[in-house]
Amino acid sequence: MEDTSVPNIVTAVLADYRGYDTMFETAVIFSAGIACLFLLRQMKRKKTDFRLYRHTATGIIFRIEKGGKLPPTAKEFERIDGLWTPYDLIIKTTGRFIIPFIQIFALYVIAHGHHSPGGGFQGGVILGASFILFAISHDLRSALNRMSEKLTAFFYTLGVYIYAGTGALCILLGANFLDYSALATILFVDPVTARSHGILIVEIGVGIAVMAVMVILYYNLVSAGKFDEGL
Amino acid sequence: MSQHFPAFIIVIPLIAAFFIFTAGWLKRTYCFYIAAVALAISLFSSFGLLLQVLQNKVVVYHFGGWSPPWGIAYRVDYLNGIVLVVSAAIAFLNLIATKKSVEKEFIERVGPFYALYVLFVTGTMGIVVTGDAFNLYVLLEIASLTGYALIGMGTEHAALASLNYVFMGTIGASFYLLGIGYLYIATGSLNMFDIASILPNIFQSNVVLFAFVICLTGLFIKMALFPMHTWLPNAYTYSPSPAISLIAPLTTKVMVYVMIRILLSVFTPSFSFKSMAVNTSFVWLAVIAIVVGSILALSQQSLKRMLSYVMIAEIGYMVGGFWLANRAGITGAILHIINDAAMTLCVFLVAGNILYRVPGDSFDNLKGLFRKMPFSMGAFVVGALSIIGVPPTCGFFSKWYLITGGIAAGHYGFVAALLFSSLVNVVLFFRIFEIGYFEPFGDLHISGSMDEEEKTFDDAPLGMLVPLMIVAAGLIVLGIYTDTLVTKVIQFAIPGGIS
Amino acid sequence: MVDLLTIIISKYNYWGYIVLMMIGLYAMIVKKNLVKKIIGMSIFQTAIIFFYVSIGMKKNATIPIISHGHDGGEHAVHAVDFINPLPHVLMLTAIVVSVATLGVALALAIKIYQQYNSLEEDEIDSQIKVK
Repeated sequence: MEDTSVPNIVTAVLADYRGYDTMFETAVIFSAGIACLFLLRQMKRKKTDFRLYRHTATGIIFRIEKGGKLPPTAKEFERIDGLWTPYDLIIKTTGRFIIPFIQIFALYVIAHGHHSPGGGFQGGVILGASFILFAISHDLRSALNRMSEKLTAFFYTLGVYIYAGTGALCILLGANFLDYSALATILFVDPVTARSHGILIVEIGVGIAVMAVMVILYYNLVSAGKFDEGL
Repeated sequence: MSQHFPAFIIVIPLIAAFFIFTAGWLKRTYCFYIAAVALAISLFSSFGLLLQVLQNKVVVYHFGGWSPPWGIAYRVDYLNGIVLVVSAAIAFLNLIATKKSVEKEFIERVGPFYALYVLFVTGTMGIVVTGDAFNLYVLLEIASLTGYALIGMGTEHAALASLNYVFMGTIGASFYLLGIGYLYIATGSLNMFDIASILPNIFQSNVVLFAFVICLTGLFIKMALFPMHTWLPNAYTYSPSPAISLIAPLTTKVMVYVMIRILLSVFTPSFSFKSMAVNTSFVWLAVIAIVVGSILALSQQSLKRMLSYVMIAEIGYMVGGFWLANRAGITGAILHIINDAAMTLCVFLVAGNILYRVPGDSFDNLKGLFRKMPFSMGAFVVGALSIIGVPPTCGFFSKWYLITGGIAAGHYGFVAALLFSSLVNVVLFFRIFEIGYFEPFGDLHISGSMDEEEKTFDDAPLGMLVPLMIVAAGLIVLGIYTDTLVTKVIQFAIPGGIS
Repeated sequence: MVDLLTIIISKYNYWGYIVLMMIGLYAMIVKKNLVKKIIGMSIFQTAIIFFYVSIGMKKNATIPIISHGHDGGEHAVHAVDFINPLPHVLMLTAIVVSVATLGVALALAIKIYQQYNSLEEDEIDSQIKVK
């Protein structure tokens, strides 16, 4: 408590005393995301893929092979997945109500990690779970519209850069790697509070990275790398 | 700046991995250069560290400014320093040598491939340099996860082989974690040297004995010691060649290093070598590993599979040499870590070169290759001579130390197994020389090529040949300078008190 | 007999984790479906996490968060009141590692399914032998 002014001992130990372990843990989750991407992602579409379209007025389902013509008036036809169910009011509306609250709770868990159980990893997983809930209750393509692959990859790398960058900044300011008291000079506070701020910055970075990895893992696994159809 | 070398070795490749991943999205050609720069800085830092260790005997670096046992400390001494330099050199040479191979196989996934490559190197070098037991587990998992992914993208049954490796690797790492947990219950600390100072008071307790056994079991699974070796041949045969020439020299040898580190530094030799029955039973286990590995290698029809069985036998050398518990044996084991890593890199790079030009690596495809690919096969001859143990290549010297240690300990079974496996290696490799040199080149089953269009090809491109030549030359240089290596570095790595 | 019973009951957390670990190992070795093996691996890793957390417990101790926030700096803290935080920290890392391994194993299982069209080990083996 005197060293870091952070009441939650678990967070203090995790992010400060053993902050190096936490950086490698972030590297573990990062490499799991890259590994999944490397193993499954297919950029080109194969010959045997087909797409299903449904005429909204009559309910007739078409099946178009690769290279076939798309329907002329796209508004009347909607693209459906292999396992398609009719528009389900309950699930979609419940999802739309709950997801913002889940996200706010996740941000609360990240930010309040100093004073109550929580921290970067827990909050990041909850935040990622909210996106996955959106992808399950609606379908994969609308989730991809909101949180596309490029955006997720950007968050991914941003989170880890924040962590490693803080550590490198500490080296540039003269102390050992990940010694947050060196941040006292830029933040204009005393070294003890600087440690507390350093822990917070690092936890935010971790939360963002974990959220992006959860989402990327889900996208890759559920669509087997093709990113067009899913659950 | 030079005081931060221990941090640079690990952190710079880690940050570079993130940059490589971003570059893979934006501009693919930068990936290789970022990786090369990062690994070059690592190599330079590890050389610098070794020089510092030669001066000061030990280098300690505290992360986060906290001293152990609260924080994590890295501690580099003689044993660490030399293994670090070897790992960094292997990773860097392999990166340059496999550039063309990667472009041929993985052209649109170059970004993730190099990111996984650099993360694997980060994990492996972190295992070598750390002084904290739990940090070792996290880095072990980084190296393992990236290894699983790199192997899984290979040919034929790669995904199934990699999944089996996942299962066995996870069991091994979890057993190690369990052992660390028991040590933590007993001592209350996670820093290796702190544990070593607390342990002598409680050597008689069952907790420490159980931790010893289960840590060793986990490490034996991960280093593929018989009978837990079954994941290795499949995983190494079906994986893509740029990945296997990185994973094969490093993974199992670093696990042997971890075993040596835990047994010498954490459980000091007064505990590990106390009971003669334990020592001799492990040496017999190593003898069985050598014999089984050599015999199974005889029956293989494909080059990479044969090489992976030879490697199982090599692990037997190192484990047996260490458990002989005398100075010559342990010197032989440590020297063999360095030599075996270099030899494995040499032969697997040659296999990669062959696969770059020829569609398969079964023995039929190797006919007449000496004429077509003279330089690659020349390097293969040097590597084969080293595995057999012919002076002046380095393999002879480490075998010499191992045999001397075996005779001094009176363990003639081990000596007999070493000589037996040398003979078997002679048969294996001379069989390949015969197929490559004396058989005519004509009848190769290249898909679609008829008799009139004889595929003329030369040796592998220059970018693949030059690092291979450097490695082959290094084998001979390592052999000539063995004496310097032993007296300056390895001799101090073994604690006094072992005769 | 009474001694044996005392030993079993007093060390119930150790027995708990051993039982979980054996269930996980049994699933990994005996079951033929690949997804069941992956589930067994996850149970096995969870058993080890359970073991670590259980060794940090103390009687009448509470969670390791010092109350009264920032302004209670001089408030004397008795370490005896709080459970050991270090195993919790280590296990955060171990949980993340286990999730990452699960992700990679599932990705490999999808690749296997795409290649062999089955997830049962004996069907895959028969396909490999035929080739």
